[in-house]
Amino acid sequence: MEYLIGIQGQDFVLVAADNVAASSIIQMKHDYDKMFKLSEKILLLCVGEAGDTVQFAEYIQKNVQLYKMRNGYELSPAAAANFTRKNLADYLRSRTPYHVNLLLAGYDDSDGPGLYYMDYLSSLAKAPFAAHGYGAFLTLSILDRYYRPDLTRDEAMDLLKKCIEEVSSASISRRFHLHYLHLFNLFHL
Amino acid sequence: IYLLKMNKYNTHTHTHIYMIYDYISNSASFCLPNHSTTVRRPFPLSHGTTTLGFIFQGGVIAAADTRASAGGLVACPAVHKITPIHSHLVVTSSGSGADCMLWERILTREIRLYQLRHRRRLSIRGTAKLLSFMLHPFKGTEVCVALTLCGWDKESGPKLIYVCSDGARLQGDIFSVGSGSPYAYGVLDGGLKWSLSKDEAISLAREAVFRATHRDAYSGNNVDLFHITAQGWSQRKREDLKEEYYRDMEKRSKDRRGKIKRE
Repeated sequence: MEYLIGIQGQDFVLVAADNVAASSIIQMKHDYDKMFKLSEKILLLCVGEAGDTVQFAEYIQKNVQLYKMRNGYELSPAAAANFTRKNLADYLRSRTPYHVNLLLAGYDDSDGPGLYYMDYLSSLAKAPFAAHGYGAFLTLSILDRYYRPDLTRDEAMDLLKKCIEEVSSASISRRFHLHYLHLFNLFHL
Repeated sequence: IYLLKMNKYNTHTHTHIYMIYDYISNSASFCLPNHSTTVRRPFPLSHGTTTLGFIFQGGVIAAADTRASAGGLVACPAVHKITPIHSHLVVTSSGSGADCMLWERILTREIRLYQLRHRRRLSIRGTAKLLSFMLHPFKGTEVCVALTLCGWDKESGPKLIYVCSDGARLQGDIFSVGSGSPYAYGVLDGGLKWSLSKDEAISLAREAVFRATHRDAYSGNNVDLFHITAQGWSQRKREDLKEEYYRDMEKRSKDRRGKIKRE
């Protein structure tokens, strides 16, 4: 099962996704990247049904980039999140709904960091921490217990490692890929 | 704000999709993908197969068995599951035999048209993306194709991309598709190294297909092997896996005799 997790700090958002692309019992890829860079300050993590994820995420990605080309400035994370949700909602009651679960992480220069949780029924919630997949059942309690709004980067990394250890031990082993969004820079770990 | 309204007919291949709809509506026994009436299948469609592809230092190897099964019947023991698209790209097919043949032809046509229109060859990644977008309108219908594009790009070297009708598009170094794929993975994952020589890679691919056909009822008969390098693809003569089986039996009995002598 695919796993996404996000933790928001005071001036950063830390997101992680597992690395496996599976097709029923076979792991077809061990280094599959579920992260889509919408802009220099916005990241979209997308899991769900096989083709829907890439199609939907690339569509959102190209439209966010188009906005910047047309208007000269980038969409804010809140606007991007609402745009994504609107598209999911529009397709939900069509003949071709997109079965995708998303985490959108962004940094707004005026509002600060933001983590947005979206699911395939196009619900949207801005949350301090969030997770998708079976791993969410295991790790939300860990996050409830140890999360504080004033986490430093290192403390958030430790919390993330606790969550990943739990998911790795309690389920079929997964390899993890970390992306770290802080201020203006996007670090890959 | 006017943003791109995603309309499934808004791709450059929309004329071709309309063509398919026209063709299907003329033929009596099919139904359009988006209509609710279902047509009962006259016989089980062919699905079982073992195909594999991997990249190593000497290029790309593509291998596949040659059995087309329809339920429990071997509909044809000598099918071509690996089809060249152009001089530097072959595609291995799995899933429904009819769908694969059709989509391979469509892909070949679109690639050739691109080459004629733009005076350059489309990259393997671009080919995979084009195929994935062409298959997208048929997601949720009975179309079942799982293709592996094995090729060599002039700019970026060897490429192996898996495209399936579910919409998945994965680039990687080793893929095996079909009902026999778990067995093939078992042999490939153990023996595959980047530094294999060409002959070692070919024998590894042959061994993987052989082991898969040995265990999987829906794969068998012969093995096709293609080798793709910067100079293009080359095909080996089709080999009967029955011979491989007898060679394997011979080797095992020799080992057993050797073991008994030692004991």
